[in-house]
Formats: sequence, C-alpha cells, structure tokens
Amino acid sequence: MRDLRLALRAGGGFGLGLAFFLILAVLVPLGVGPAPETLALIAPGILWVGALLACLLSLDRIFALDFEDGSLDLLATAPVPLEAVVTIKALAHWLTTGLPLVLISPVLGLLLFLPGEAYLWLILSLMLGTPALSVIGTFGAALTVGLKRGGLLLSLLVLPLYIPTLIFGAEVVSRGAQGLSVATPLALLAGITAGAVALLPFASALVLRINLR
Amino acid sequence: MASFWEYANPLKFMRTTDWLLPVVTWAAVIVTTVGLVWGFFFTPDDFRQGSTVKIIFLHVPAAMMAINIWVMMLVASLIWLIRRHHVSALAAKAAAPIGVTMTLIGLITGAVWGQPMWGTWWAWDPRLTSFLILFLFYLGYIALWAAIEDPDTGADLTAVLCIVGSVFAVLSRYAAIFWSQGLHQGASLSLAPGTRVDWAYKAPLYISMVGFGLVFLALLLAGTRTEIRARRMKALVTRERMA
Repeated sequence: MRDLRLALRAGGGFGLGLAFFLILAVLVPLGVGPAPETLALIAPGILWVGALLACLLSLDRIFALDFEDGSLDLLATAPVPLEAVVTIKALAHWLTTGLPLVLISPVLGLLLFLPGEAYLWLILSLMLGTPALSVIGTFGAALTVGLKRGGLLLSLLVLPLYIPTLIFGAEVVSRGAQGLSVATPLALLAGITAGAVALLPFASALVLRINLR
Repeated sequence: MASFWEYANPLKFMRTTDWLLPVVTWAAVIVTTVGLVWGFFFTPDDFRQGSTVKIIFLHVPAAMMAINIWVMMLVASLIWLIRRHHVSALAAKAAAPIGVTMTLIGLITGAVWGQPMWGTWWAWDPRLTSFLILFLFYLGYIALWAAIEDPDTGADLTAVLCIVGSVFAVLSRYAAIFWSQGLHQGASLSLAPGTRVDWAYKAPLYISMVGFGLVFLALLLAGTRTEIRARRMKALVTRERMA
C-alpha cells in the first residue's frame, strides 16, 4: 500500500514544496539586502519557517484526492486500522515533502550564509522536526477533509500547532550557529516529534471517521 | 440537590436558566461596576506607576478569564465527546467568542500599560507570546465551527481540535519560556507568603475578578440559550419543509 501511495504522490506536484522553499530562500535576501552578517543571523529562522510553509503547502493534498474519488471510504472500510492508514499517509507526505526539504536545506543555507558549524544541526533538526510537521499536518488535513474552503482554514488550524516544533527547531540551528550547546532544544524537539508520531494518528483517525460518517 | 447532568437536557437547561440568567446578569453588572469603579476612582496612585496601575483591574481579570474559558471549553468538549450532551457542546461553542474577547482585552490593556511603563507596546516576552498564541488557537477553533454545516460533526471536530490544541497550547507556553527571556513581571497574585500587591489594590481586584467571572457566566448562559433556540428553529424549519 505504501508503494501505491508513493506512486500516487509522484504524479502530483512533487517538487512544488521544494520550489517554494527555494523561492523563499531567494526572496528573503532580495527583501532584507545582501549583507552576509544580517543573512547569517536570520538564516536559521528563515530556513525553518520556509520548511514549515513548504510543508503546509502540500497538506490539503493528503486526503483531498482520495476523498473526492471515494478511495478514502474504501480505505476506511479496509481491514487495516485507520490509524495505520493515517500514519502511512503522514509517512508518504514526509517522504515527498519533508525529506527533500532536509536534503536541499544545506544548499539554501549556503545561499543565506549560514555559519559553517550550523549545517550539521540544520540537517539534524530538520530531520528530527519535519516528521512532526507531517503528522500534525495530517491531523489538520483530516479535520478539514470534507470542507470546500478547507485550504485557508487548514493553515489557520495547523500553524498554531506548529509553534513548539518551530521554536525548538530554529533554536537548535541558531544555537549551533553560535557554537552553543544544542542538547536541550534537540532533545525537546525529538520529544515533540516522538509524542506527535505516537499519539496524533489516533486523533487523526478519530477525526477522519467523524468526517466520513 | 439536582445533579449537574440533568442540565444535559436542553428543556431543563432552558427552564433553569430562565430565572438564573437575569440573576447572574444583574450580579455581573453590579459586581463588575463596583470592582471597576472602586479600582478606577477610589484607589491611590502608585508611587512609581502613577495612575496607569489601574489598568490592572481590567488586565488581570481578563487574562485570567481568557485562560479559564479555554479550560472550560476543554472540559465541555470532553463531556460532549464522552457523554454526548448537546448542551455541553453548545456551551463550548458559545464560550469561544467570549474567550477571544477576553484575550483581546488582556492583550490591548497590556499594550496600553506597556507603552508608558516598558516604553513599548509589544515585546516578545513568553507571557505575551503565549497569549498571542492562545488568541490564534481561539481563532482557529471559531473558524472551524463556522466552516462546518452539520452541527454534530462540527461539535465532534471542534472538540477534538480543542483537546489537541490544549496540549499544543501548553507545549507552546513552555517553548516560549525556553525561547525568550521575560519582561513581564511574575504573578501579581499568589497564595505564597510575601504578598507583592497591597490590599488597597487587591480588594477591588478580587471584586473585578469575580465580576468578570460573572460576566462570563451571564454571556455564556445567554449564548448557549441562543444556540439552543437556533437549533430549535432549524428543526422547526426542517419539519415545515418535510410536511
């Protein structure tokens, strides 16, 4: 089933999130000016906010297509627990959005003059943090699946839920850039991801059942 | 003594609030007026803050209610999800706009006080930040209610959102503390010994806090009654159409 999901994803807007991330990283220097010191200072935050927004962009696609053609109803009645379906969906979203963002982030870090020590922490923090973004986003997508004007509402619902992940993720990178110890925010970030991955699929499945009722 | 659960019956709820609402409304008006008038006109100016200290009589009760209303919504959502009491879901729905107003009052009065005292309208202080985040959570909750047509689906979805949101709101609060050093003073009132606020201010403050609580109760009862009536009207219209 996972393969099926992935194939399905590859068909539609796979690189869109990536392109958005890239454009953001190009626009910011154009907006704030090309001074390396300024850019280096704000690079961790920009990269994390960019990753978060790029994630957000593809969220409504998680369930929308399957809902329209009815395959979501089939999945819900399939002999697989809906919690597992939701988890796989989140995993598929992460593989198509989160992972490419992690891989491209060093290049964008280069564009933004991210200090050398921070690259490792940038990759590590995104690696640890983006799964949480996907899982939380799947919950938001499940909440708004049946709605016509779901897109904007989805961002309004999901963005506040992203706040803790963003704070700790950006903190890891900016502390890494200053050469400080990153153990505490990194552990907290991993904790949020672990907690979200463990618990939120139940909430998403519950919400999905309500929406399919 | 009647059980609390009896009020899950809308009819019983309406009958009780028929006489309870005017009582609570008048109590709210009187207590809030006493608290605010005493606070604004019959307390001395602070020797450092001058008359701006009097904003506390709006700021602290509003901020307290903003948090308590969210907790009340959480409890009402749980009651709805577990025991499926319609009045509970409607009460949570009616509470949200009041909560968002209280949050806004807290933020605005804080900004008005912060301008002369801290020299800035806004600071990215953990307390201020978490309040802004709470404001966003309220907005999302209200928007979700507004977007869903079917009332039962709406009640279910918003209830789950409220529970998940609560967890993330608490996480955001501690993340914000971790993220930035504070400018906001510590708790103005606490049960710990070594009181920081003089009784000249504390007495009217407590009265306004009770007053704000009563205002919330009155608005909540009125809002819930409106929701029940709206629900009945919809049912009547549907029945008319069926006939």
